[in-house]
Amino acid sequence: MAARNDPVDVVIIGAGASGAAVAWALAETRMRIVCLEQGGWPNPARFPSAGMDWEAQTLGDYAISPNRRALPEDYPVNDDDSPIKIANFNGVGGGTVFYAAHFPRLHPSDFRVRSLDGVADDWPLDYRTLEPFYALNDRMMGIAALAGDPAYPDKEAVMPPIPLGRSGERIGRAMNALGWHWWPSDAAIATREYEGRAPCINLGQCGSGCAQGAKASTDVTYWPQAIRSRIELRTRCRVSRIETGDRDMATGVHYVDEDGQERFQPCEIVIMACNGVGTPRILLNSASGRFPNGLANSSGLVGKNLMLHPYAQIRGHFDDPLDGHRGPPICAWSMEFYETDPARDFVRGYCFQFSRGMGPARTAINGMADGLLPWGEGHHDAFRRLFEHSAGMASICEDLPEESNRVTLDPDLTDQDGVPAPRITYRLSDNTRKMLDHSIARGTDILKAAGARDITVKSPLPYAGWHLLGTARMGTDPDRSVVNAWGRSHDVKNLFIVDGSIFVTSGGVNPTSTIQALALYIAGQIKNRIYDLFD
Amino acid sequence: MSETKIIADAELDTLRCLAGHLIPASPRHGVPGADDPAIFADIAGSMDRDASAVREALVVIDGLAGGRLTQADPVRQAQAIARFRDAHPALAAVIESVVARCYYRDARVLASLGVEPRPPFPEGYTVEQGDWSLLDPVRARGPIYRDAG
Ligand SMILES: Cc1cc2nc3c(=O)[nH]c(=O)nc-3n(C[C@H](O)[C@H](O)[C@H](O)COP(=O)(O)OP(=O)(O)OC[C@H]3O[C@@H](n4cnc5c(N)ncnc54)[C@H](O)[C@@H]3O)c2cc1C
Repeated sequence: MAARNDPVDVVIIGAGASGAAVAWALAETRMRIVCLEQGGWPNPARFPSAGMDWEAQTLGDYAISPNRRALPEDYPVNDDDSPIKIANFNGVGGGTVFYAAHFPRLHPSDFRVRSLDGVADDWPLDYRTLEPFYALNDRMMGIAALAGDPAYPDKEAVMPPIPLGRSGERIGRAMNALGWHWWPSDAAIATREYEGRAPCINLGQCGSGCAQGAKASTDVTYWPQAIRSRIELRTRCRVSRIETGDRDMATGVHYVDEDGQERFQPCEIVIMACNGVGTPRILLNSASGRFPNGLANSSGLVGKNLMLHPYAQIRGHFDDPLDGHRGPPICAWSMEFYETDPARDFVRGYCFQFSRGMGPARTAINGMADGLLPWGEGHHDAFRRLFEHSAGMASICEDLPEESNRVTLDPDLTDQDGVPAPRITYRLSDNTRKMLDHSIARGTDILKAAGARDITVKSPLPYAGWHLLGTARMGTDPDRSVVNAWGRSHDVKNLFIVDGSIFVTSGGVNPTSTIQALALYIAGQIKNRIYDLFD
Repeated sequence: MSETKIIADAELDTLRCLAGHLIPASPRHGVPGADDPAIFADIAGSMDRDASAVREALVVIDGLAGGRLTQADPVRQAQAIARFRDAHPALAAVIESVVARCYYRDARVLASLGVEPRPPFPEGYTVEQGDWSLLDPVRARGPIYRDAG
């Protein structure tokens, strides 16, 4: 029998990018709000960049794959049936603890893909509606940017941009020679002191946690403020199921606390923020007599339309030394191939994110994998041609929603609390393959124009399933969507979803600024509609 | 029992021999090989999640060498390693990873590369801002997004 806690107004499940934003935004309502997070607080003093084994640790306790880490807070993911493997971080901050902090917004056209390009579906809201929430989120996270990017409507730069460095300059000159768009990336990285955060000192290890605290992970942005506003964050509490009662309303959540005890937390409102894999997992696991196919799943779309943003990685080596592993790894973007071009053999498009080099161990490991670094005699000379001489890019390709790409519950695999693990089924579409190939060709053009030699390509990049989108999509039609235009489940009127699962389409940029803008928008809707929220 | 201990001493000898083939010492660059005592001790103690795969690799390679890699003559050693890399690329990649991540944190190796032997934090690094005027032509081209509301 599960122990019963005192009832609260709101339970938020997951303390990542969106969970933190929605918690902070709801704090002013003075409702009693509890967030349940399966992981603990990250400890910056133990982040890899604080030790000599910083590169090795990114393959150990700080690996991006939950299957590789296999820590108590992780749940296994069966991704054998996907060419792209899942990456995440399970703890306060969620994926933002590991993210590269590359922080583009979706473009206005991304919200209207059906109207403009005749594919997928339009979103039930548009860029203008989200714009104030993007701006608020930029201030809360503290965004470094250069105003005036012609690829976007005007937006404010909260802090000066991250350095271009030698890598950015080298690529930028090549882009100018080709006449193609590029711009220093919006980055969720403090470039000066900001709201108690120290400025970036170019550790170069954004991808395994920022020991300096300059990177905007939500454990150092939204959460301290939310907790000061009396939101309760309970760590090491893993939710297994959402319970429902009369009138098909959620009555609370079952979870296992840090002592392994099963508990039931009654509440008036449930908000899910477990990401595009974790949220459908819990919804599907909440099947009951009332909801035999899983909670909020009358459309049958929970878990379907998974979008992962296939990446192609194109890298080259240069005769002059570049930045190496110093500085935020991604320095600039290009939106040249973002919008649909009828002259191409695919619809929609992609952005490029340009990146600097790698540390010595990673240079060696990748160099050997790429066949550029031999064993034996020639190793040392070849290594010196690669190390601190590399730069390149990844294309982030928009994959369109397809119901066959999905998250289901694995019949055998479970986490340590016995909760079924998610299973991923994912294929690349023809459109995506053509887009990947196009990006490889253009990326190679760019590197050649920049004077690169020894160009290497990985497509799709296998260990890059870090954008988890679409598995509980929003929409106005309950037959074609899981939540409505403001994040409320069509079926369960006190259940909201605010994470990446509600994306209708993926766009071709990193999603976190949009995920958080949506979470703030939905929190605003909850506040505005508080008196008839469940009608 | 720690994961590392599942590798017997004889197998560690095989690994050391393999590591020396992978990254040999270079008097010209003034660097030790990956079979250097200090570096190899680090490798042997740092296999972490890869210990089982390393052991699998060592069994395979000893088999290819007809018994023990360390006891084969140099020609046979080279042949066994070549066949191992050819037929077992995933296992070879594990060996490359466990060797490289320790070799390339050794202070002598880093010094030869001109890298200070310290972690990135807390000192950090300096990165040049770059020439922002490079963006003038990008600005001059004007908006490139579809204004879709
Ligand atoms: C290596 C890496 C690099 C990335 N780089 C970028 C980038 O540069 N730019 C960008 O925009 N995005 C990037 N991302 C993606 C970004 O991290 C995600 O888009 C974002 O964090 C998703 O937000 P979310 O709120 O949907 O979920 P998350 O941030 O993943 O948060 C989900 C939280 O829910 C918790 N949870 C899940 N299930 C349960 C449960 N049953 N009970 C309790 N708690 C639970 C998890 O522990 C986690 O803390 C990257 C991600 C990774 C892993």
